[in-house]
Amino acid sequence: MRFTTVSKTLAMLIASVAFLSACSTPVKEEPKPVPVVEAKPEVKQPEPEIKKVVAEKVDTTKGPQGVATSVYFDFDKYDIKDEYKAVVEGHAKFLVANQGRTILVQGNTDERGGREYNIALGQKRAEAVRKALSLLGVKEAQVEAVSLGKDKPKATGSDEASWAENRRSDIIYK
Amino acid sequence: MKTTSLFRRFLLLGGLIASVGMAPAQAQLRVEVSGVGSTQVPVAIAAFANEEMSPQLVSTIIRDDLNRSGYFRIIEAGVAISETAPVSFDQWKNKGAEALVVGSVTKNVEGRFDVRYKLYDVVKGAMISGFQMDAQSHKLRLTGHKIADDVYEKLLGIPGIFSTRIAYVTKAGNEFHLEVADADGENVQVALTSKEPIFSPTWSPDGSKIAYVSLELKKPIIYIQHLMTGQRTTVANFKGNNSAPSWSPDGTKLLISLSKDAISQIYSINADGTGLQRITSGGGIDTEARYSPDGKSIFFVSDRSGGFQIYRMNANGGEVKRLTFNKGNVNISPRISPDGNTLVYVSRREGGDQVYSLDLVNGQELRLSDTARDEFPSFAPNGRYVLYATQLGRKGSLGIVSTDGKVKQKLSLQAADIREPTWGPFMK
Repeated sequence: MRFTTVSKTLAMLIASVAFLSACSTPVKEEPKPVPVVEAKPEVKQPEPEIKKVVAEKVDTTKGPQGVATSVYFDFDKYDIKDEYKAVVEGHAKFLVANQGRTILVQGNTDERGGREYNIALGQKRAEAVRKALSLLGVKEAQVEAVSLGKDKPKATGSDEASWAENRRSDIIYK
Repeated sequence: MKTTSLFRRFLLLGGLIASVGMAPAQAQLRVEVSGVGSTQVPVAIAAFANEEMSPQLVSTIIRDDLNRSGYFRIIEAGVAISETAPVSFDQWKNKGAEALVVGSVTKNVEGRFDVRYKLYDVVKGAMISGFQMDAQSHKLRLTGHKIADDVYEKLLGIPGIFSTRIAYVTKAGNEFHLEVADADGENVQVALTSKEPIFSPTWSPDGSKIAYVSLELKKPIIYIQHLMTGQRTTVANFKGNNSAPSWSPDGTKLLISLSKDAISQIYSINADGTGLQRITSGGGIDTEARYSPDGKSIFFVSDRSGGFQIYRMNANGGEVKRLTFNKGNVNISPRISPDGNTLVYVSRREGGDQVYSLDLVNGQELRLSDTARDEFPSFAPNGRYVLYATQLGRKGSLGIVSTDGKVKQKLSLQAADIREPTWGPFMK
């Protein structure tokens, strides 16, 4: 009794994940041939269980000429420092004059801590820029504040200089 | 893309694996033995009769699985024993074995393999378990894993996880992959490639789909991908961030974090992207929400107290209770054991960011990892192990630790960073 039950369950399990072991190659290549002793045709290889998908790539378009696109923050701080107010103002002026244009403000963080934690932290930096633009008359619909967390570092070192380089918001024109 | 065995690509720091005859790959293997279970069952594993006729040695797969688990001491039988052969139990008792695994592999006329196995209790002199499976040659690894699962369960009383799968993200240059592999790192398959980061993958409860966050459109957007068909749907693309997906126990809904109202808050949404409902309305950040296994409560991270701490609330958002109180002000990435009794999370303290467990019944806290820069833990479906991301040098790698903190493995790739690991469910 038990023997049969286990055997059936296992057979189903095997069937459900059968394709896994068949193909460790991506979709369009033939699976590596299994050593076959007899010349008789093997059972037809099934389609791979996991189908590979390729994500699309997006290009950026230009904003105002001569205006920097990054705003940097101090450690654990989320206010815009005086030296970056001109950057925010430059974009505000352009966006007010070009109300058909929209931007993404991408907040970034240093590498310390998990990705979701850094997504949440980076959002505070993006929000700071969004609020400043809003106070300068940019319409809410023109600005989307998002966070890339720690995944788009400008500097890849593991020291304070690199971390400082990565605590920033980038302005991207859509 | 060449056919790749993650076993070869991984530097497996898991004990005795390098000694079992991966000769061409050994140059790439760095092996670090770090701990075994507090008790180890001595089990003798015989070669399966005629298994040398098959492309995979089933007994070797079983031996590697049990070895890596940390809960068995393998006694080499040195001979092939078929399941029909008479067994001299005294002989195995004298070798110190408490259990004996025997079996056979027979190629049938269709080119398939008939695998038979028996597990004996040597002390009682009785058969404990056994079964027969008809496997195509490419299923022989899985057959070995299923036998190892059965041995593990019959001898330890807990289901084995050798036939389950893991998913993780690799980064090589500017190329990101979401990959799926068997729990032993074999059978690597690429589910998604992207030029932009992929993170926070989580398996649907039935193991057919993975939800994840992708930055391919220059902001975090949540997708669900059906692994078999490659069909990909956007679950959440609201203004601002869409991140931290996790499934409801019945697989119909996800908990997600959205910043569409300025700051990250927790929402639930149907798996088809309809029925968005806001769950938290705090003044601070709320994120990384996970349902308890019974679906009645939600564990999450919030900075409402100033630092980042872990909280529990009812599934509707009521009765919020703070769970972490340590001095470190970063306690993140809560994960709940399958029995709902243990919380695992990452805590930032003197040792760096490390994986801790908290017994929700008696309040006992235990540091599980001896690494730093740990991230993104996930429970094995049997609750016995935690898989997490860490770093070896400056390179992203994976760690596996038993929930008693005693058995440890580290896995890394030669040519890529590996991160965001997540252990899949038992396949039904």
